[in-house]
Amino acid sequence: MSTIDGPEVLRIAHLARIAIRDEDVAQYARNLTEILHLVERMNQLDTDRVVPMAHPLDAVQRLRDDEITETNERDRFQRLAPTTQSGLYLVPKVID
Amino acid sequence: MHERTVSQLSAGLRSGEFSSVELTRAFLDRIDRHDSSLNCFISVDADRALAQAASADERIRRKEAGSLTGIPIAHKDIFCTRGLRTTCGSRILENFVAPYDAAVVERLERAGVVTLGKTNLDEFAMGSSNENSYFGVTRNPWDLKAVPGGSSGGSAAAVAARLCAAATGTDTGGSIRQPASHCGVTGIKPTYGRVSRWGMVAFASSLDQGGVLAQNAEDAALLLQAIAGFDDRDSTSADVAVPDYRESLMNELDGLRIGLPREYFEEGLDPSVAAVVEAAVQVLREQGASVHDITLPNADLAVAAYYVVASAEASSNLARFDGVRFGYRCQNPTDILDLYTRTRGEGFGAEVKRRIMVGTYVLSAGYYDAYYLKAQQVRRVIRNDFSRAFEQVDVIAGPVSPTPAFAIGEKAEDPVTMYLSDVYTISPNLAGLPSMSVPAGIVSGRPVGLQLIGNYFREGQLLQVGHRYQQSSSWHEQMPEGYRVRL
Repeated sequence: MSTIDGPEVLRIAHLARIAIRDEDVAQYARNLTEILHLVERMNQLDTDRVVPMAHPLDAVQRLRDDEITETNERDRFQRLAPTTQSGLYLVPKVID
Repeated sequence: MHERTVSQLSAGLRSGEFSSVELTRAFLDRIDRHDSSLNCFISVDADRALAQAASADERIRRKEAGSLTGIPIAHKDIFCTRGLRTTCGSRILENFVAPYDAAVVERLERAGVVTLGKTNLDEFAMGSSNENSYFGVTRNPWDLKAVPGGSSGGSAAAVAARLCAAATGTDTGGSIRQPASHCGVTGIKPTYGRVSRWGMVAFASSLDQGGVLAQNAEDAALLLQAIAGFDDRDSTSADVAVPDYRESLMNELDGLRIGLPREYFEEGLDPSVAAVVEAAVQVLREQGASVHDITLPNADLAVAAYYVVASAEASSNLARFDGVRFGYRCQNPTDILDLYTRTRGEGFGAEVKRRIMVGTYVLSAGYYDAYYLKAQQVRRVIRNDFSRAFEQVDVIAGPVSPTPAFAIGEKAEDPVTMYLSDVYTISPNLAGLPSMSVPAGIVSGRPVGLQLIGNYFREGQLLQVGHRYQQSSSWHEQMPEGYRVRL
């Protein structure tokens, strides 16, 4: 059965882009290990020839005509942002 | 007025016995009086509600009213409402005001309902107790030391305490039915695709489904009628005609075949809850239904598959909360990675972070087949079990939750124990089936619901069974002590 240790918690947290406090790492390791043990109960069942199910009614993606239906509402949507300038979202410098 | 059902209130409004403004004031007064102890609401907007009530009164005067015109309801705070903040019970959306209304909100407002406010929930609908809300736990009006259930706990408690006439909810693994059961109200989770998810903040997109919580099945039918139906803005919305739910409510149960899955009555089910369910099934039998033993052999794997599928989808859906375009942003980020990680670390609560991490792990390189693919296979097996059962019976009955509402704090430190309490409600979500909770008893002062599971798009049949049951029982009319008093 899988065990998640401290370094693995930090690796997952990095992938998930979540900052974790050092003092919480052990607790996350314990919780995630317990959750994976719960999840691994699935292995009791032989599913070798079962087709994975992506949608309860096996629906397929509905397509629509390739026509413009949305209007540009940049100003309205950018009012929700923490910081913008000249119609752009502001973030810390990414490229030097 | 608050003790009346939606249909009774509707009659009162149309006969001129009271106006929607008076009715709305009465509910706002009740919220003022009781919500400081219950904490059902994250936001209440009295001005907005009274303005809507005034225009509902105008519609009623012009004789243009429908059965929901002027009825004060509340929305789970996961449905976007233009101009009224939508928090999802999270710090990361503490001050988020959506630029549009969810389809569910839009349809109900078109029908003329009055929106009193937004109800408390487990953060992003992740939880079974309402303890995971950034805005504090909601208390169960039947026992303030008990949880209301979750994640639609605010909606369930608000309907139970009659702080609103009815409320919306969402259900990903039991989030309408379990709080409905714990608070003694009627809640229905429709078939996946029956109600548009447009504007409903996504948790696990292949499982999430909007629905309603009300005093009884008749009211639930009225509300579901208003929100059900195709919406081309939701790519998974089902283009299937919506029947008239109220028309079939009074149909006899003669010939109805009810299945009891034996796996739902095994170890782990509190005997007092089993007794409630058995007594309720007996009432249905007396009304002409036949009862059959059925089997859902892989029911015990539902929780395991669910925590892979739901967490994986959550990790993807919640990637949008990055501190750039909307919502909370951490102070003084040093670089873009610091901006993302601290915003999310500070903005999300512990349970949401756990689930995002589980989801990230099961989708990460090398683990996809062992977890996600496996879970999708188990999901099909569980659905096939239901398909076989529905060849033998029309409706499946069983418990909603293994116990009545547990105490606040009792399971808060132990996520896995909390997850396992959803063992009976998760499978219908995995299969996409409609399912309902109907008040069926009270154990040690805490309500217990009966779960009914139907075949695809047979919400009408569930509502009919619920309604017929409520014609021969009075559990749905019980109110918690202390909330009866008229103002």
